[in-house]
Amino acid sequence: MNRRALLGTAAAATFSGAMPGLVRAQAPGIKVGFVATLSGAGAALGTQLRDGWLLAVKHLDGKLGGLPAETLVIDDELKPDVAVTKVRAALERDKVNVVAGLVYSNILQAVFRPVTESGTFLISANAGPSTFAGRGCNPLFFTTSYQNDQVHATMGQVAQDEGYKRVFVMVPNYQAGKDAAAGFKSRFKGEVVDEIYVPLTQLDFSTELAKIAAAKPDAIFTFMPGALGVNLVRQYRQAGLASTPFLSSFTVDESTLPAQGEAALGFYTAANWAPDFPNEVSRRFVRDFEAAYGYVPGTYAAQAYDAAMLVDDGVKQAGGRLADKAALRAAMEKPGFTSVRGNFRMGANHYPVQDFYLCKVAKRPDGKLATETVRKVLSEDTDPYAAECRMR
Amino acid sequence: MSLNLLLVQLLNGAQLGILLFLVAAGLTLVFGVMDFINLAHGVQYMLGAYVAATLGTLLGSFWLGLLLALPVSLLIGLLLEWVVFRHLYRRDHLAQVLATFGVILTVEDAVRAIWGSSPLAVPQPEGFAGGIEIMPGLTYPSFRLAIIAAGLLVALGLWLLVDRTRAGMLVRAGATNAPMVSALGVDIHKLFTLVFGIGAMLAGFAGALAGPVFAVAPGMGDGVLILAFVVIVIGGIGSIRGAFVAAILVGLIDTLGRAMLPDLLRLVMDASSARQTGAALASMLVYIVMAAILFLSPAGLFPVRRG
Repeated sequence: MNRRALLGTAAAATFSGAMPGLVRAQAPGIKVGFVATLSGAGAALGTQLRDGWLLAVKHLDGKLGGLPAETLVIDDELKPDVAVTKVRAALERDKVNVVAGLVYSNILQAVFRPVTESGTFLISANAGPSTFAGRGCNPLFFTTSYQNDQVHATMGQVAQDEGYKRVFVMVPNYQAGKDAAAGFKSRFKGEVVDEIYVPLTQLDFSTELAKIAAAKPDAIFTFMPGALGVNLVRQYRQAGLASTPFLSSFTVDESTLPAQGEAALGFYTAANWAPDFPNEVSRRFVRDFEAAYGYVPGTYAAQAYDAAMLVDDGVKQAGGRLADKAALRAAMEKPGFTSVRGNFRMGANHYPVQDFYLCKVAKRPDGKLATETVRKVLSEDTDPYAAECRMR
Repeated sequence: MSLNLLLVQLLNGAQLGILLFLVAAGLTLVFGVMDFINLAHGVQYMLGAYVAATLGTLLGSFWLGLLLALPVSLLIGLLLEWVVFRHLYRRDHLAQVLATFGVILTVEDAVRAIWGSSPLAVPQPEGFAGGIEIMPGLTYPSFRLAIIAAGLLVALGLWLLVDRTRAGMLVRAGATNAPMVSALGVDIHKLFTLVFGIGAMLAGFAGALAGPVFAVAPGMGDGVLILAFVVIVIGGIGSIRGAFVAAILVGLIDTLGRAMLPDLLRLVMDASSARQTGAALASMLVYIVMAAILFLSPAGLFPVRRG
């Protein structure tokens, strides 16, 4: 481990208040390599992902499927080459049974072949690229999140349902930004007044905000992850544009709300889960998560929690025989656990078939900001690539 | 584009320019006077923002945080100078770049260790909540007007300091011929430390002012630093006046490019490719202009004469 990684781990440890590292257990157990971005710009998401997984293992008394579980936390540093090296070591030296986690699609793409070709199960708790949903689907690969397009398409459906005629679209100028705009337009049939592509390093949005004000749209749709979203939300509010509905994906969520503060109140986002879900599993998850880690969990944490539950349930159904991959796979294709999302099942391409919701930023009675469900938008939605998948 | 919108965009450009000037002023002083390339200037900007946000939250007032961030930035700057930079003045530029780049990595990871990786919550400036409606449906936040005023005041203050005071005269003399000034009995090292301290404080001030508008996050100084270098290269290294003119120029070019290029390109290509090429071109425009200016005037717009 180099110095940067060491510092990063130390940073993560100081912040979560808990040093997970290795959770040692008695052999024979189940070993999981949990890959998350814990240093660098994406560390807030990786921390959510890791904490969600660890809480699930805690809820399961340190076991997965009845076997003592050991979680090796791997920091991918948001560098594909680093991720591959560390994951190979986990596969060959530590002989992990499952690789899980994965915040970013480019990291998933890098470790995909090394993991699946070694015959190891790969469970994504967040990254959901189209690459592995269609023709590239794989019997050893599962995801508990979503296919990216679905989230953007949900917002497109919202704009359609609300009867908006003219929507202004603004996204960063890179592949994920273009996918977001395309996903939105796949369900929104009205007029897109203008589309602005901003550089990923954009600081000041006043130029774009002036254009929005001049165009007077019925709503705007945007996808501005991380610090970009913090800039935009603050400046959008300060520019007095908040009366124009702010429809977004991955822009206002539990990872950015602490910095956006009240500027984000009333802004909309699309998600497969929100911390105010009324079902008992979700309430217990949110309560215990906040008690253990001191912040509000977002979808990242919830999906990682479900990923652990998926593995737990799969191993249980397979009778604890980790070597019986066919049984394990069949079990995970028909998961029997209750998801924090309530309605949840695996599609033929191992991507979830689930509901998507319109959510809004609101202040909870305890003063913390969180997203709240407004209404269900898509029911039992299957991603658009699933039909192309021929699972061997 | 209507005339009104054009005026608004000009204002936006000028404002971005003034923010860039606040960062570039300190950089150009240090680079010009001490011939020292300080890549860690962006880190000092970031630290100013973090210190102001933290103290502001602690004390419940943005302005108190801003005020206290100034001496803290100065101290951080002097500490960095004493520990690292002082040993680099006699080395070549490559050694300076390597060492100050090392400072960036170290400080950014330290910031992550202390404050975490997520953007920080920043108290909003009291008394500057509202704004002025400059076109239908668009408010110009009054805090941004305060940033413009602060930038103009800093420009004026620096000009007075460098052009009208004895210390400023020594600084200019030191920039032209350091050994000669030293031979005349002036403690050149103390002078350099002073210049460096002012530069650090300006960077911290800019960061603290940027806090309520931009995300306070690790790495926030990197993008600004690159643009600040563009500004001082265009303006002429070491020239405060050059930095001011170049900063406004860069702000205007960047803003107007983003505002108009996609629409202009639509005249010659279809809408969707015009949008994407326009966006890509707009983000390159500043660098293209820099290359053109360097081609015509290699020492920048306001070259500083050296002995």
